[in-house]
This record gives sequence, C-alpha cells and structure tokens, in this order.
Amino acid sequence: MSDAFAAGPAEKGRKRLGGNRSIGSNSETAVMKKNYPLRFLVPAGAILLVFFFVPTVLNFIYAFTDWSAFKTTISFNGFDNFMSLFKNGILLRDLRTTLVFAFFVALFQNTFGLILAVFLEKDTTENRIARVLFFIPVLMSALAVGYVWQAVLQANGALDQILSFFAGRTISTAWLGSTTWSIVIVSAIQGWKWAGLAMLIYLSGLKTIDEDVLEAAEIDGANSWQIFWKIKFPLLAPAVTFNVATSLLGSMNGFDTVQATTAGGPGGSTEILNLFVWRTFGQGLYSQSTMMSLLLFIVVMIIAIPLIWYLRRREAKIL
Amino acid sequence: MSNASFEPAATNSGVRVAGHKGALGKRVLHTVLLVFLVVACLGVPFYLLVVTAGKDQAEALRLSLALPTKWHLFENFGIVLSQGKMIPAFFGSLVVTLPSVVVALIFGSMASWILARRATKAMALVYALCISGLILPPAVVTVMLLLKMIGLAGTAIGMICVYVGIYLSTVIFFVTGFIRTIPISLEEAARIDGAKPMRVFFIIVLPLLGPTMASATILLILYIWNDVFYALFILSGKMDTLPLNLYNVANAGLYLNNWHYIFAYIILMSLPLLIIFAVAQKKIISGITGGAVK
Repeated sequence: MSDAFAAGPAEKGRKRLGGNRSIGSNSETAVMKKNYPLRFLVPAGAILLVFFFVPTVLNFIYAFTDWSAFKTTISFNGFDNFMSLFKNGILLRDLRTTLVFAFFVALFQNTFGLILAVFLEKDTTENRIARVLFFIPVLMSALAVGYVWQAVLQANGALDQILSFFAGRTISTAWLGSTTWSIVIVSAIQGWKWAGLAMLIYLSGLKTIDEDVLEAAEIDGANSWQIFWKIKFPLLAPAVTFNVATSLLGSMNGFDTVQATTAGGPGGSTEILNLFVWRTFGQGLYSQSTMMSLLLFIVVMIIAIPLIWYLRRREAKIL
Repeated sequence: MSNASFEPAATNSGVRVAGHKGALGKRVLHTVLLVFLVVACLGVPFYLLVVTAGKDQAEALRLSLALPTKWHLFENFGIVLSQGKMIPAFFGSLVVTLPSVVVALIFGSMASWILARRATKAMALVYALCISGLILPPAVVTVMLLLKMIGLAGTAIGMICVYVGIYLSTVIFFVTGFIRTIPISLEEAARIDGAKPMRVFFIIVLPLLGPTMASATILLILYIWNDVFYALFILSGKMDTLPLNLYNVANAGLYLNNWHYIFAYIILMSLPLLIIFAVAQKKIISGITGGAVK
C-alpha cells in the first residue's frame, strides 16, 4: 500500500536490477521486452483508455458547449456554463458543501476507525465479535444505510424517543432539518458506514508494530497514553495515508449517503457536486452537468497532489 | 506480515496484562464499554430496521422503537419480492457485478505483472496513469455519451466496461505492490525450462497472487454490488440492479411513507453479501488487512 502513491516502479526496480547493469543496457532491455511483453498491458490499457481517459477528455470539451436535451445541435459557448453557475451562486455553494462534507467524512471515519482499532486491538473473543459487527455497515449499500439513518433521525424518530426517555420529557428535533448542521450529520453517517474498513486498516497497522518497542517504552515508564501518541500513532503512518486519502478524496466523489438522507435539502444546503450532476442530468441540461463533473475532477486533482505529497513525506520522515 | 484475524493470538501483552493485578476489573470495564458501544452505534439503527420491517403500514409510519403488535416480516418480504421487481434486480446485479470483477482482476493482474517487473521511466508514468483512477472521479456524463455513441448505453456490457474502467486502477494498485514482493527466481526457473510469458504468468505468477487478489475481489464486490451512482447514469430505466431498484422504490409514490416495505427491501438486498461474509468472515477480514498495508 505504501508504494501506492510513489513515483512508480522505477526506483524500486532499478535497485533490484542494479546488479545486472554490467551486462549492458541494450541486451537487458531486449530480455525485459521478451520476458515481459507489452501486450500484457493491452487489455487493461484499452479499457482504461476508452472508458476512463476518453470520457475525461470529453469532459474538458463538452463542458464548454451548449449540449442539452432540448437541442439537436451542439456548439461551443466558451465559459457560458461556468459563468451562469458561478453567477447564480450554485457553483460556489455546492463546491463548499462538497469540501465540508469531505473534510468531516475524513474526520469522522478516521476518528471512529482509529478508536475502534485501539479499543478492539487485543485478540479476545468479544473483540473479534465486535470487529465482525462493525464491518456489517461496510457491506451494506450506502443508499440503504442512508434510508435507515434518515428514519433514526426523523423528528420524533428513534433517536428522539431514546433522548426523551432519558431526559424524562419529549424531545423533538428534526436532525436533518438544519441548513447548517445537516451536512455534518450526513458526513457522520458516511463516517459510520465506512468506519469498519478504516478500523481494519488501522488494526493491521497496529499489528505490524514490534512488540519489543512497546515493551521497552513500558519499562522506561511510559503510560499507555504516551505509548499511543509517541509510538503507535506515528508508526501507523502508512495506514493514515491510505485512510485519509481514500476517505477525503473518495467522499468528494460521494453521492448515495447524501441522496438517501437529505437528497440535497434542506434548501440545497447539503447538495454536493455529484448530486448537482445527477439532478441537472435528469433535467436534460447535460453541458451544465458536465461542467460540474469537470469541476469536481479538477478540484480533486488540486487537493490530491499536495495531500498525497504531504502524507508521503510524513511517512518518509517517520519510518 | 501479521493480520488482524479473528484467531486468538497469545501475544506477550495479553499474557502480561492477564497476570497483572486488577486485570479482571479492567477486562470487565472493557466488556461493559464494548457492549455499550455496540448497542449505541449498531444496535439502534439495526433494531429499528428489523422492527420496522416487521410492522404494518400504520405502525411503521410512526417509526417507533416499540415492537410490532403483530409481526408482518415475512408478509412484507413477500410483497417486496413480488411487487418490487426484486428478483430481476438481483439477477441484474449479478450479471453486472460478476463479469466486472473477473475481468478487472484478470486484465488488471496481467498489466500489474509488467508494471511491477519492468523498471523504466516510461513504465513509471504508465503506472501512475493506471492508478490515477484510484482517486480521480470518473466523468459520468460523458461516459454515458460515449456509450450512446457506440450503442452500449443501458446494457449490461456497457455497465461492465465502465466498472472495469473505474476499478482496474484498484486492482493494479494492489497487485503491482504485491508482485514486487515476490522473488523473481520462480519465473526465471520456468523461463529456463522454456516457458513463454503467457505460461509464466498464468501458471507461475497468477497462483501466487492469492492473498492480494482476495482483498481486491472483496473491495470490488463491495463497490460494484452496492453502486448506485454510475448505474443511475448508465442503466436507468433500461435494466435494474438492487441498489438502483431500491432508489426507484424509495422514490416512487407507491412507497412514499411505506417504511416497512423499504426496510424489508433493505434487509433482503443486504442478505447476499451478509451471507457471504458470515461464511467467509475470517478470510475476508484478513484479506483486507493483509492486502492493504504492508
């Protein structure tokens, strides 16, 4: 995993092949070509090219046209789509919502996952059962999870009933009715759904920590709080890289959970970019939809590069 | 590499703590906290899911935590199965998921083998491009346009191609990292015996990829079986999958305020993966943890 975001096979491979360098690079290349023929790349490359890269390039073209369901012709209109989305405020609102959503999903998913991993670290029977249970939401469709939580969080729904029971009076809160907090609650639901996966990845990171190091720290008088923050957490760096990058960047491309809980409401306050993409696509405004899809692509790229660079550097410093 | 398995492992720390004074109290506290955590975080939503799915419409509408006065669970299952088009949707999900996973695994591992073994600058760039799909969002609108142009819109084949295109990067990412840890000597031995690349890959390399292929398979099944976003664009109205059908059912007027049907549907549609998980949970958990972090 930790190799994932590295520059690629070049550095590693060169080290391994270093010994053969003396044979002469020409014959070496020829042998590599014969033993590892490029045609093995063709099936994957063809599908990636046609069904991933070509649509991405088309995104850059059709976002600047007047393509819609109401016209038979398609012609370029420059930045018209961008300007109209910018002027009516939807572009900035949805972009902000997406970033807030992604930030809180990353925060909740990693906090829940890490707490669970630490809490369930020992291989006891009850811990093993709890790990299985916390993995169930990961298996379920995010849409289904969203509907269940929508029911739990309805005014006078399950949560209100439990709170009323403990408070001794009737509590009625429309948990998903706030234009400010709904997006945070929805991101907590998404975090809850994926926490089981983050837990497993943190757990596997914890298992790779050398027992002797922990013992030595204990002998030196470190308490469990210090051991966690000074030793365990830094050594979890590869797991942190993977979990933070996938949860943050993955939830920017989110859709299901938000669609099932709030469908973008109240008042468009939880409309993340993909919700807009689907909504305007349904209305036949294909070029606006494409423009937002392009915007999402660009924003993810802008965030991904420094984020992964930072996380990888952090790993390199620690390990 | 050690995995977070469900096997009891007598670690040093476990023995040490058990021998410690006050360990029993600690363990009791841990168990109490654990039960509370499970009940609060998982118990509430899943309890509501099951009791509501067992109610009739009037009772279900209140979304109360009370037990149903009379259980209608199997009755609701029956209605959802017969009226909710669930069975065609199940087969739709199957027809789309299985080929996508198999094709992505085979094509992806073939490419990974070359990417892992050939070490040139150009190959590093190809690798970077291949795994870029891991984080970059696919262009959903234009992929739909493209499928329309080549006549695959609304078909299982079109959907499979799109899923393979999206998730190849996940496979390549996992498998390339894994192949680099496999010593090259096995392949070389086969080559000395005169084996061609095709034979070396399928007879020698592929069988060694078990653990990482397992984790990739699990993740791909999770993503594709539960996907609704891409299916909405590509299959909508032409073909059904379980999540797509749930989306339509939950949004249809017929089901408005019919929480008991929606929840019965959710239970049924979650069963296939839950059953697979129940049977193979040890393998699945160790597969994910083993493949993800090295």
